[in-house]
Amino acid sequence: MRLTRRTFFKLGGAAGALTLAGPAPAAGAASKVPGGSMKAVLVDTTKCVGCRACEAACAEANGLSGPELAGDDRVFAAPRTTSTRAFTVVNRYPGHDGAPDRFVKRQCMHCVEPACASACLARAIEKTPEGPVVYHGDRCLGCRYCMVACPFEVPKFEYESATPFIRKCTFCPERQAKGLEPACTSVCPTGALTFGTRATLLLEARQRVYGSPEKYAQEIYGELEAGGTSWMYIGDRPLEKVGLPASVPNVAFSSLTQPALAAVPFVLTLWPPLLMGLYTFSQRRNGVDAAATTDTHEVRHE
Amino acid sequence: MSSRPATLTAPQPWFTEKVLMGQPWAEYRRGLFTPFNAVAAFVLAIGIPIIVYRFAAGLGATTNLSQTNPWGIWIGFDMLCGVALAAGGYTLATTVYIFGLDDYHPVVRPAVLTGFLGYVFAVLGLMCDLGRPWNLPIPMVYSFGTTSVMFEVGWCVMLYTIVLALEFSPALFQWLGWQTLRTYLLRATIGLTVAAVMLSTLHQSSLGALFLMAPTKLHPLWYSPFIPIFFFVSSIVAGLSMVIVESSLSHRAFQSRVDHHVDMDKLVLGLARAASVILFAYVFLRLQGLADSGRTDLLATPLGLWFIAEIVLFAAVPCLLFAHGARTRNATLVRWTAGWSVLGIVVYRLNVSVVAYNWEAAERYIPSWMEVWTSLTLVTTGILVFRWIVNRMPVLRDESGH
Repeated sequence: MRLTRRTFFKLGGAAGALTLAGPAPAAGAASKVPGGSMKAVLVDTTKCVGCRACEAACAEANGLSGPELAGDDRVFAAPRTTSTRAFTVVNRYPGHDGAPDRFVKRQCMHCVEPACASACLARAIEKTPEGPVVYHGDRCLGCRYCMVACPFEVPKFEYESATPFIRKCTFCPERQAKGLEPACTSVCPTGALTFGTRATLLLEARQRVYGSPEKYAQEIYGELEAGGTSWMYIGDRPLEKVGLPASVPNVAFSSLTQPALAAVPFVLTLWPPLLMGLYTFSQRRNGVDAAATTDTHEVRHE
Repeated sequence: MSSRPATLTAPQPWFTEKVLMGQPWAEYRRGLFTPFNAVAAFVLAIGIPIIVYRFAAGLGATTNLSQTNPWGIWIGFDMLCGVALAAGGYTLATTVYIFGLDDYHPVVRPAVLTGFLGYVFAVLGLMCDLGRPWNLPIPMVYSFGTTSVMFEVGWCVMLYTIVLALEFSPALFQWLGWQTLRTYLLRATIGLTVAAVMLSTLHQSSLGALFLMAPTKLHPLWYSPFIPIFFFVSSIVAGLSMVIVESSLSHRAFQSRVDHHVDMDKLVLGLARAASVILFAYVFLRLQGLADSGRTDLLATPLGLWFIAEIVLFAAVPCLLFAHGARTRNATLVRWTAGWSVLGIVVYRLNVSVVAYNWEAAERYIPSWMEVWTSLTLVTTGILVFRWIVNRMPVLRDESGH
């Protein structure tokens, strides 16, 4: 569901009203949204009926072997994870105390600052300015550090292959380049998936969540998680209760290793003078004339 | 292990003299039939086909790695432990060449050799683990992932392996009789030692920093922003302990190759004193990490008890035993403690990479027998290469005539 011009203005108006109402997230903040101009998707789990058309469309677009147990509800018996053959899966979570079952689609979250991309030593994974987090198999070493780094456990490795690649949801950059929506959102019949820029979708999410507190849990999963993700989720119960990972820190994961990497220049510049100072000191103490070091090296070091 | 003949009557062909250690081929071959060689041959006879099979059939066919547990013992043991236990190279080179503690000179060369082989075999283990090892040149040549800790580790390990090769090369050139080249490399000793310290500081710590990217997967008692410091400080302990263990074993195994004028007990006691002081600091650093985590509530869980056991049994106890051994001049106690301390480093590295990793996941990783056998094969090959070199080149004693 692409946002139309009209709905965009409606959203703008709603956000404006929120601004007037108090110190709520302001419309002006749209320009300050991390990755605001990047393409994103809002998943409204209250609207998903579990038809799995997105799974079928994804399999077709990526040349995968079709969704398992297509049209068979037994697939919902246990939550599934994405795999090297299924880049997106829909899981069912039963409702309690009369609440309806909820279906939750999972795929790559396409983080604004992806942990996987910052972890890759060969830049085989990159965040494109348009939004998709893309993978270049020709550069990949298969070290699987991206899998360690990703808090959503998205990158999957072809263990069965002798020339393995990492496989994951691509966000259909080829389709997007042609002005099309990603395969999955283009076929969603219920409006559970909304495709647009991250800034407008965040406004849309806020409008739905804050505008209907009786209907929605007061949370936008992906607004802050891991520094913000391009795929964001809202629903009638906390998203951690329907399979999304709990306790993902609200920081870009590159900031976790940044202090360690920042130490590199200091180690490289401060160790040599310090060590050479110690060396000079020890030479003096051992009674070696500094002027004769070259000749004595061989004797002393052998 | 066969010993060199006491007297060389006539000049021998190069191959006989250098490679067969002056023995006729038949005699050399007879000397190969030892119990240790039989065990090593058994390990390699199974291990080498496993490694071939791994590259033919992929990681899924040979390992218990999974989408949930992408790293196993080839990273946790071969790489993390291999590199830590190879830290004796930079530790001892600094002690002797920078601090000027010349008494320790007899243990520098074996430490540098152990270090070099440790890195070579850690890298070989890594090659088994990488899904696409033929792409290894890519981050070295044109696609630089400068935001990645793995990039730093990769570059430092590569450069430091070269530094270790250069540091050891004077012994090689002495064996080959290339005196001029040897003299040039000896002049580079100080420069190489400084480079060794810089590179080791970076990658010993970065091997721990790798896990900073897994705040939701690594157990909170082990996850700490100070993990790079823990890894670096414990690597010094690993290096010192490994030098004690290695020198003790070498002096037993290579009786004919050692310099009997060196008082090894005295050196071992000195190394123990240093190891004790650094372990003392390390224990308190770990306690600081515990306080910083704010998760002392987890100490009463099974993994929490294991955390306490790791710090008490594998760090505080060797610290006290090293101190006691050094004080009472008990070299035997120090040697056993060094073995225990080496085990403690292995426990810490495996805790971070395997035991406490994915601690909440339903699916836990246990290595396959082929993973274990591959690691065993690499260690065995390392020992064989070490023995081959020590039997031929001037490693355990000075043969330069000075």
